[in-house]
Amino acid sequence: MTLTRFVTKSAFRNRRRSLLTVLSITFSLLLLTLMMTIWHAFYIDKGDAESAQRLITRHRVSLTEWLPGFYREKIRTIPGVVAVVPNSWFGGIYKDEKPENFFAQFGTDPDEIFKIFTDFSMPADQLLAWQRDRAGVIVDDQLAQKYGWKLGDRIVLKGTIYPVDLELTIRGIYTGPQPTNSVYFNQKYVEEAVPGAKGKAGTFDILADSPDNVPKVAAAVDAMFRNAPEPTKTESEKAFQLSFINSIGNVKVFILSICFAVVFATLLVSATTMAMSIRERTREVAVLKTLGFTRQSILRLYIGEAVLVALTGGALGCLLALGLISALSHAPGMSLFLSGMKVTPPTLLLAIFVAGMVGLLSAILPAYHAAKLDIVEGLRYIG
Amino acid sequence: MAIPISYNIRNLKLRKGLTIMTALGIALTVTTAVFLMALLAGLKKAFMASGDPVNVLVMRKGSTAELSGGFDANLFPTLRTLPGIAKDAQGDPIASGEWVVVVVLPRKDGTGEVNVSVRGLMPAGLTLRPNARLIEGRWFTPGQREVVVGNSIHNRFSGANVGDNLDFAKGQWKVVGVFDSGGTAYDSEIWGDVNQIAADFDRQGGYASVYLRATDPVAADALKHRVSDDQRLKLEGTLETEYYEKQTSSGGAIKFIGTFVAIIMAIGSSFAAMNTMYAAVAYRAREIATLRIIGFSRPSILTSFVIEALLLSLLGAIVGIVLILPFNGVTTGIGNQLTFSETVFSLHLTWGVAMAAVIFAMIMGLLGGFAPAWHAARQDILTSLRA
Repeated sequence: MTLTRFVTKSAFRNRRRSLLTVLSITFSLLLLTLMMTIWHAFYIDKGDAESAQRLITRHRVSLTEWLPGFYREKIRTIPGVVAVVPNSWFGGIYKDEKPENFFAQFGTDPDEIFKIFTDFSMPADQLLAWQRDRAGVIVDDQLAQKYGWKLGDRIVLKGTIYPVDLELTIRGIYTGPQPTNSVYFNQKYVEEAVPGAKGKAGTFDILADSPDNVPKVAAAVDAMFRNAPEPTKTESEKAFQLSFINSIGNVKVFILSICFAVVFATLLVSATTMAMSIRERTREVAVLKTLGFTRQSILRLYIGEAVLVALTGGALGCLLALGLISALSHAPGMSLFLSGMKVTPPTLLLAIFVAGMVGLLSAILPAYHAAKLDIVEGLRYIG
Repeated sequence: MAIPISYNIRNLKLRKGLTIMTALGIALTVTTAVFLMALLAGLKKAFMASGDPVNVLVMRKGSTAELSGGFDANLFPTLRTLPGIAKDAQGDPIASGEWVVVVVLPRKDGTGEVNVSVRGLMPAGLTLRPNARLIEGRWFTPGQREVVVGNSIHNRFSGANVGDNLDFAKGQWKVVGVFDSGGTAYDSEIWGDVNQIAADFDRQGGYASVYLRATDPVAADALKHRVSDDQRLKLEGTLETEYYEKQTSSGGAIKFIGTFVAIIMAIGSSFAAMNTMYAAVAYRAREIATLRIIGFSRPSILTSFVIEALLLSLLGAIVGIVLILPFNGVTTGIGNQLTFSETVFSLHLTWGVAMAAVIFAMIMGLLGGFAPAWHAARQDILTSLRA
């Protein structure tokens, strides 16, 4: 029997205990992987190539202030700007005020929006139909699936910010790189109904000619309107989205403390199991020593055993996390932040590494005691 | 006959290391759950306490928040003369036309910018919020570019001390006072003269909301209906308490993530508790057989081991709650979906939260303890004695 086989055999000799320990570590590592994935998506991921080329301009004072519509043509003159489109948050109510019936609604310009959202796809005939119908609306395919919408259906959005209820006809169903939970209509339709909305835009979405030019374009836009009555703030799409996440609270500390609690709890579970299983085998250790096993090799045997159990749990946890995240990110109606989230190989590696370290640390003390054991005392030990 | 509980307590004491480690594992899970529940409790408190049951908030029909849209200022005199409104010392009705706008301010600790609500109000607006007390300086003077800041703003943002200038909208605003409203949502606001604010944000000639102070809660309810039912006004009245109750929904994300995290951690801890209890049963196989021979029945053995698991988890719950105690009262901010701005609230450990934590831990103990206890009760006496 080789040493590896010996370690494997002893790690799983008490099947029930090993199974329970592995399961316990599995669930902890599942949570850890989830948290790390969220962290990665929020703070490390730069977004896909299309998103990295886009900027969003809003009023400097806050998102709730309007920008003049004529800024659009001025922004267009800035070198590096490929396209500009206004986007105004409508904030209407569909059906009722329940949170599950909430989705984002934007008034925009049908002629140019698809030049900026290059990662959206929609059949050309549907785009043409939308451009021709001022009271038309295009909807996200996941959203259409959720509500059972078809082309030609009519939906009513009850205005909260604007004193108007919009009656819209679905002219197109688009597919984004990830579920967007949004619908887009022609802002001119709102402007016709509400005179006060004329010539105003909530934000401007800008497409730069390359990701490298994004900071330069942002600075140029803000410089252009620095002394205007309505100054602007321009940032990359990613930074804009992150400002929403930051508004939930101190998310970084939140995630870190959960990770810490999870790792520590796993360490406790693993250490308890190792202590139990090594104490049970006190006599065996004595026998091994009699056979000529050195302290180092006994230490290695037990640590190997703990690492093996922890790694099994870690691997299972990672698999579960992979499944769960792909299920969550494709579920319709999932919040915008979770959609399109992916587990990256470095995250998985880190999770497995943490599992291995937990196994190692949990076994050090009990294994050290076992290695130090006096042979005669160990043989006399009666459990 | 039941096995005395002291037997279980002694057993837990005997295997000290194991008991402590398992209890700590449960404690960490409980701590996480308690932390999230206390956050939600604090959030609820901040919003619930903000509303005054005799204040009626009037907004344009269809508006869900003070931030969205406004209505013509010409309607204000009509609203002001409605019956049932309380009068101040001079005999004027207590009614205040107001604007709420959002500005971005940098945090004191340099961790980014945060949306903050600025409220423009009439002097009567101060009268109808009696729980807002000045703790420093004086109230703003109407017609001046002066503001008073809520206590949370004072603590969390730079340039929010008396004598400082805050820079937002079209220029500088002098901070002349700090007020405290007892941990409610108002503590996260900046207050100034309504006309000054409206002018700076190009919103003259209207109000986002009008607050009316009724003489008593019944009159408030009548006033609310009177405003909503008047077809000419196209306005809607809400009790201030109802309005803030709706805002607690901003804790939805925390609630969802919190429940999710707590459940996954609880599953992990249940497995760990199960492990410990199986070990306890295996260790005491002969003891259990002896108990059976003496005459203790299977159900009493089952009960005894379940109780032992429950004791273990109770210990975990207590440790978990003690671990969270130092965080009680710590303040944090949360973005509000209705007002787009940050509301500051504190972690609030209530008896309800503590009870929920104990029940949560007990469920873990029960899940982890039942199978091993069942196993113990079913053991064959003879085999166990020989072991």
